Amino acid sequence: MGDKEFERPQGTEIVYERPKSLTDVVTHYCPGCTHGIAHRLVAEVLDELDARERAVLVAPVGCSVLAYNYFNLDTQQAAHGRAPAVATGIKRVLPDRVVFTYQGDGDLAAIGTAEIVHAAVRGERITVIFINNAIFGMTGGQMAPTTLLGQETTTSPKPTGRLAERAGYPIRVCEMLSQLDGAAYVARGSLSSPQNIAKAKRHIRKAFQAQLEGHGLGIVELLSSCNVGWKMSPVDALKWIDSHMVPVFPLGVFKDWSAAGVEAARLADSGVAAG
Amino acid sequence: MKGNEALAEAAVRAGCRFFFGYPITPQNEIPEYMSRRLPEVGGTFIQAESELAAINMVYGAAGAGARAMTSSSSPGVSLKQEGISYMAAAELPGVVVNMVRGGPGLGGIQPAQSDYYQATRGGGHGDYRTIVFGPATVQEGVDVMSKAFELADKYRTPVVILGDGMMGQMMEPVSLPEPLELAKVPLKPWATTGAKGRRPNVINSLFLDAEECEKHNLALQAKYDAIQATEQMAEIAFPGSDWFVVAYGTTARICREAIQEARAQGLSVGMVRPITLWPFPVNAFEKVVERAKGFLTVEMSLGQMVDDVRLAVNGRCPVRFFGRTGGMVPSDEEVLAEIEKMVEGRTR
Repeated sequence: MGDKEFERPQGTEIVYERPKSLTDVVTHYCPGCTHGIAHRLVAEVLDELDARERAVLVAPVGCSVLAYNYFNLDTQQAAHGRAPAVATGIKRVLPDRVVFTYQGDGDLAAIGTAEIVHAAVRGERITVIFINNAIFGMTGGQMAPTTLLGQETTTSPKPTGRLAERAGYPIRVCEMLSQLDGAAYVARGSLSSPQNIAKAKRHIRKAFQAQLEGHGLGIVELLSSCNVGWKMSPVDALKWIDSHMVPVFPLGVFKDWSAAGVEAARLADSGVAAG
Repeated sequence: MKGNEALAEAAVRAGCRFFFGYPITPQNEIPEYMSRRLPEVGGTFIQAESELAAINMVYGAAGAGARAMTSSSSPGVSLKQEGISYMAAAELPGVVVNMVRGGPGLGGIQPAQSDYYQATRGGGHGDYRTIVFGPATVQEGVDVMSKAFELADKYRTPVVILGDGMMGQMMEPVSLPEPLELAKVPLKPWATTGAKGRRPNVINSLFLDAEECEKHNLALQAKYDAIQATEQMAEIAFPGSDWFVVAYGTTARICREAIQEARAQGLSVGMVRPITLWPFPVNAFEKVVERAKGFLTVEMSLGQMVDDVRLAVNGRCPVRFFGRTGGMVPSDEEVLAEIEKMVEGRTR
């Protein structure tokens, strides 16, 4: 943000700066966490779409509960899981604004399952950024609905980790929502590498376009790391996304209102992820 | 008009353009009416996937600056408590109609007043109150609807209209107010409409720092104190009486019959009828308590408002209770018998 004036040496040009849609503060996120990347991607897309001044963020409950401090946007803080319902209320009152939710896997895929499913059923013109890091980070590392089989968390402990017989299976949100007629754009990206981050940004942009052009709900699931919750180094955590999460949560575009090329895009993404 | 439909039309005339609800008996005529009426005035009706979603849609719409409401009946209103607590904390206006039915649990679909505690004590978690109206007639329901939206905006707080199944289903002639011009609704500079040319607005109920949270609660309390000081509403019938019946809503109408019969017998009986249940109209009690010999509280519950009557009377004379519950409605004969017992000083 432009609060602090930066004296630029003559003859130089700024090629990289903080997006206007982000505030100039230090976040509370743990070192190694990918929330910062996700925030930046969303902010860059909003800047590029010139949408900052008509954007309304709905913040969740979870690690990104304080997102209203980091996004330089009008924000409503929602109850746990209810962000899509809150976003529905906002969008119906202000149909020309850009309304989006930013939710984690506990918020969206556990307590808020009904809200996200029915927002998609209604084809709400909202955008959903879904952070899947396979764990409840904020509360200290409990099992999430997206926790992998065998993954150890504080509520799916050693020696078995998550056991299907006791705790069921990880939920694939994109595959589920792509079945709904009201979902216009459904894609899963990953924040594990620069290539995947670039691709994730394209998904995010498209999910906002689905809203701006009035096609329906757009959702991007971002496979994200929680190195602290996973008890790994940040680098190992990024590797773990590729080695463990991607096989369960394949990357790609599951639904695209501009249907042509969906299959091609999915295959291309899967190919890159597998390679 | 049928009570439910009259309330719905009154809401539209009070500037409500956004309704979010979920079917439950005995209030279905409200969402049904809104689903056909709101599109006529450029509004939006959504049948939500649950009461939880409905109240959170109200949260979003209210935060975006609109006059929004939801309606339900007891089990559904329990689900809405999460959102009501968040709205109170985030200081969002909105109106919630509860056409109360017998409980607990799934209960029944007949009229009751057993959600009094839930409505007047906040209902959800945390230190908060909601303004609660307990209208006695369809006309009064219509009248308090405008007031409900006005106070919700004025104090930025959720307002509950506590009806009962009988009021919702009853047909009575009503005179409806002229529709409010939307341009006359005061602007809401705090609403999240997009941070254009200003700093971002944040609607929030999170205060991780305990000192900050206490400060926020104290600010809310100051608002509640102001509401208690200025917004009490009650009707006193026969203020010079020796004895008083206390009742609200449909029960008050039954008690009115019983009081007329008692007075015809020469008994000096009046009535204190709270119209706002929170703030509880303690001022009305002050007007009659010094010379009163006793109060009889009648409710369609096993005794909830009677606690507030006891607090208002504060030991200055006896307070008795009579109630029916589970959807049973007290008869005027039953109330008259209780009045006679009170006057004669009998315990049974």
